[in-house]
Amino acid sequence: MADVNRGNRPLSPHLQVYRLPLVAKISIMTRITGVALGGAALLIVWWFVAGAYSPEYFAVADGLLSSLLGKIVLIAALWALWFHFANGIRHFFFDLGKGFDLPTVVKTNWYVIGASVVLTVLTLLLV
Amino acid sequence: MVQLTLPKNSTIRTGKTWPKPAGATNLRTFRIYRWSPDDGENPRVDTYFVDMDSCGPMVLDALIKIKNEIDPTLTFRRSCREGICGSCAMNIDGRNTLACIFGMDEIKGDVKIYPLPHMPVVKDLIPDLTHFYTQHESIMPWLETKSNTPAKEWKQSIEDREKLDGLYECVMCACCSTSCPSYWWNGDRYLGPAALLHAYRWIIDSRDEYTGERLDGLHDPFKLYRCHTIMNCTSTCPKGLNPAKAIAEIKKMMVERVV
Repeated sequence: MADVNRGNRPLSPHLQVYRLPLVAKISIMTRITGVALGGAALLIVWWFVAGAYSPEYFAVADGLLSSLLGKIVLIAALWALWFHFANGIRHFFFDLGKGFDLPTVVKTNWYVIGASVVLTVLTLLLV
Repeated sequence: MVQLTLPKNSTIRTGKTWPKPAGATNLRTFRIYRWSPDDGENPRVDTYFVDMDSCGPMVLDALIKIKNEIDPTLTFRRSCREGICGSCAMNIDGRNTLACIFGMDEIKGDVKIYPLPHMPVVKDLIPDLTHFYTQHESIMPWLETKSNTPAKEWKQSIEDREKLDGLYECVMCACCSTSCPSYWWNGDRYLGPAALLHAYRWIIDSRDEYTGERLDGLHDPFKLYRCHTIMNCTSTCPKGLNPAKAIAEIKKMMVERVV
C-alpha cells in the first residue's frame, strides 16, 4: 500500500511471504514476455539491417543468430510470442467479463501453458 | 511505485523460540511475525509450539491458545470467530485469509503467520487499515438518490435484489486488496479490489440513482484501471467472492456508456 500513513512503522512483508497462485505467475510472465518480445523484435530488425548494409556484416549477424546460443534465444522468443498471444486471448475473455470463476481460471491456466508449448512445437516443425 | 524489497526498518530477523509446553506429545510449530512499536527493533519471527491435542481446529484457536498460555504479548485482532466480522484477516501459509475459518489441517508443515501484506504494521499481526477504510468511504458506500423519498421504503424487485448476491456478503476484511500486487505498488491511488467491489455493488443497485456520477468518479487511470486482472483477489477471498469480476463489470460499463 505504498507508504501512506506509515510513519516509522515497518512495512509488512509482501513478495517475500506471499505464495502467488498460478494465475498470478502467468500474469507476471505475460508482462515479462511482452518486454522480452520487444528485445527480440530489435534483434530481428538488426538482422535485416545487417543484410541491407553489406554481405560481410550480414554474415556476422546471421552467424550469431544461427549459432546454438542464437537458436536458443530465438526459440525462447518464439515461445514467448505464443505464450503472450495465448494469455492475451484469455484476457480478451476477461475483458468481456467471462471466465472469472475459479474452476474456469484453473482450467484456462493450463490451456494457456499448453497452447504456448504446442504452438511453439508446431511452429518449429512446420516452418 | 514497484519496490520488490522491504525498507531497512522492515526487514525480518529471526526471533525468540518459546519453550515447548510440558508433557505434550502432539506439537505443531508456529512461526509468527512480531513487531512492537516500543523497543525500536526490526520485526522478527518468533517460534511457538502448540499442543494440538488440546487446541481447536482453526488457526485462530491456536493464536488464542498461544496468547493465553505461552505469550500474552502476542497481539492480533479477532472478534466473531465465525468469519463474519473480518477482524482476524492475516497472511497464513502464504495466502490472505481469516484465521477463524482457516483450518490448520489445510497447512503442510509449520504454520507461518504474517500480517496482511504490504501494509504499515501497528503491532505484531495488526496492520493500519485507515487508508483502506478511507478508500471505501470514497466510493460512497450508501444509497444515493435524486427522486423524492418514498413514504415507506425504496422498493426493489426480487430479480434486482439478486444482482447484489456475491457482493453484499463482503465483510471488508482487506484480504483481497492486500493480496493484489497492483495495490502493493499503487495503493495510494488505486482503490483496490475491496473498494471497487463495493463500488460495483452500489452501481448496479436498482434503487441507486447516482450510477453516472459513480462511474465518473472511477474514470481515472489509477482508481480503477490499475487492475490488470492478476486474480489474486478472487483466489484469496475467504468469503468466496469475486472482486476481479466486479471490477471487469465496471470496466465494461465504462466502455458501454461511450459506445
